[in-house]
Amino acid sequence: MDFLQTIKISLRALRTNKMRSFLTMLGIIIGIAAVIAMMAVGSGASYVISQQIASIGSNIILVIPGSTTSGGLRTGGGAQTLTSDDVKAITSECRSVSLAAGTVRSTGQVVYGNLNWATVITGATPEMFEIREWGATAGRSITQQDVDSASKVCLLGQTVAESLFGSADPVGNIVRIKKIPFTVIGVMERKGQSPQGTDQDDTIFVPLRTAQRNLVRSQHTNNIGALMVKAKNEALLDKAEEEINSLLNQRHRITNGKEPDFTTRNLSEILAVAQQSSKAMSLLLGAVASISLIVGGIGIMNIMLVSVTERTREIGIRMAIGARKNDILMQFMTEAVMLTLIGGLLGIALGAIGATVVSKILSWPTLISIQSITVAFFFSGAIGIFFGFYPAKKAAGLNPIDALRYE
Amino acid sequence: MSAVISITDIRRLFIMGEQQFEALKGVSFTVNKGEFVAIMGASGSGKSTCMNIIGCLDPPTSGRYLLDGLDVGRMDGNQLADIRNKKLGFVFQGFNLLARTPAVENVELPLVYAGIGSKERRIIAMAALEQVGLAGKEFNHSSQLSGGQQQRVAIARALVNKPSLLLADEPTGNLDSATTEEIMNLFTALNQSGITIVMVTHEHDVAAFAGRQLTFKDGHIISDSQTGPTDRKD
Ligand SMILES: Nc1ncnc2c1ncn2[C@@H]1O[C@H](COP(=O)(O)OP(=O)(O)OP(=O)(O)O)[C@@H](O)[C@H]1O
Ligand SMILES: [Mg+2]
Repeated sequence: MDFLQTIKISLRALRTNKMRSFLTMLGIIIGIAAVIAMMAVGSGASYVISQQIASIGSNIILVIPGSTTSGGLRTGGGAQTLTSDDVKAITSECRSVSLAAGTVRSTGQVVYGNLNWATVITGATPEMFEIREWGATAGRSITQQDVDSASKVCLLGQTVAESLFGSADPVGNIVRIKKIPFTVIGVMERKGQSPQGTDQDDTIFVPLRTAQRNLVRSQHTNNIGALMVKAKNEALLDKAEEEINSLLNQRHRITNGKEPDFTTRNLSEILAVAQQSSKAMSLLLGAVASISLIVGGIGIMNIMLVSVTERTREIGIRMAIGARKNDILMQFMTEAVMLTLIGGLLGIALGAIGATVVSKILSWPTLISIQSITVAFFFSGAIGIFFGFYPAKKAAGLNPIDALRYE
Repeated sequence: MSAVISITDIRRLFIMGEQQFEALKGVSFTVNKGEFVAIMGASGSGKSTCMNIIGCLDPPTSGRYLLDGLDVGRMDGNQLADIRNKKLGFVFQGFNLLARTPAVENVELPLVYAGIGSKERRIIAMAALEQVGLAGKEFNHSSQLSGGQQQRVAIARALVNKPSLLLADEPTGNLDSATTEEIMNLFTALNQSGITIVMVTHEHDVAAFAGRQLTFKDGHIISDSQTGPTDRKD
């Protein structure tokens, strides 16, 4: 018996009971929709994370003052234990490091005309822009000369530029940062959100030395708030972290048993945390998907059993005119698989719509891949085979004369 | 003449829990190629039980059954399915057509299981429907056909695989006398064209179309009378 005919017969059988077929599919539809949504959320999240990582820059190690306890709490966070000399030492002595940059951070008011804006002010060196692969779209960036001469110039992040200048060009204008006048020399490229969800464009950059002298209170103007290091390549990331640790331990006279006064953080660790939360979301959806697929599968099995009973006479007729056991088995299996495949296709559509709506409303990133659609499609077929087998076996096992006599 | 059916001491014992009932108590007979046999007998005498065994739908409890010289008792399920498909045509009292299925597709069904391609199937089925006088009704569903027409569809279905034996269990049981006459004329014509027919009936008028009458009583054959080779009444 040819396959096309089998499909035709099973589609006709499903058509005669449209409502029932649809209700039976519902479990599969919901389950597959959840699978699609799960994969969309999962891959959407990892896409965004990789985008954000790229927005910070790759192969980066952060060195921050204070130590980390096992609970992850930072102690002595206020301590200013890192200096510009540490930056120089790391650059010259750590062989796996390509660039190092010290920064200081402060928050404060920026005023232009009668507008003002509270933002983060970062003192930076040209190395920092290189590490973060972040340039200026308008005007120019901060140069080593700006740093050396501690000139009062600043670069505006996109958010700050828009807040203070609207669509006008800020370059060349004077803004007041913490009441000190600074000349705007440029506007930074847009970066978007950081992995922690903060707006990276809501910031102002000034030369490091300018910030050390005028904007932050510290014991020594040489102090820096954080150190950003770029490893030569990804493979050397861990090696670089080791070198920094041992160099700084030595420089800060941290001997065995003593708590270090700094902490290094590898960006891939931050990435791992972000991925964990998207994994949790995927797991939740995965649980919903598997439960509803199992329930849906049982529903299919149930309806197929009912269908076999209802159509006992039809089975008898088919056997009487020459259907083999296998023909009957195939007929009911095909029917179950058709049911789950159609359910699967509807589920894929629903999942795609759902994912799009979710990403629009909750601004949760989603990405629907051909791969996930293929997986969902074949998975729904497999459910049909699994749950359709028992009823089909039951139909094929009927005795022709009993089936024909069935009332 | 070669024997199409050769039955020797067939018994059929039904077991229902505690109760047992022997519906056939040692039946033996032979049907030769080209014969038209009517089986008669009181209700419950075992006619249908015997027909189902001949039709390979039900196995006998004991005895030997050769169909076209082949020992049916030794065959497995698939072989029996193929025998039903290729050597036998079955016509039932209740027509047994598939619901919501056009006449032509009902007729095609044995060809589907015989593995014949869809185009060829359609041609053969259309011809079979024409043969039983149903040209023009090919695409009617069973619910859109009269009883006589439904039985013609069933006959076309039984004939479509060119079986060596046509079995009919009370084929006119649900039909009025005019339609009965039409169906019997069709059977007679089919028999004349060389098809062997075994038919169960309660009516003597109908049995008279056959050339030979077997009478059952309580699981035995009590008479086997020849009224001459296809004694037809026109
Ligand atoms: N599956 C079965 N289980 C138990 N007993 C059965 C079964 N089939 C038939 N019988 C019994 O066997 C006997 C013969 O039945 P059968 O159907 O062959 O009669 P019949 O001659 O065809 O009668 P009718 O003319 O009414 O159709 C009956 O007494 C019936 O009760
Ligand atoms: Mg009967």
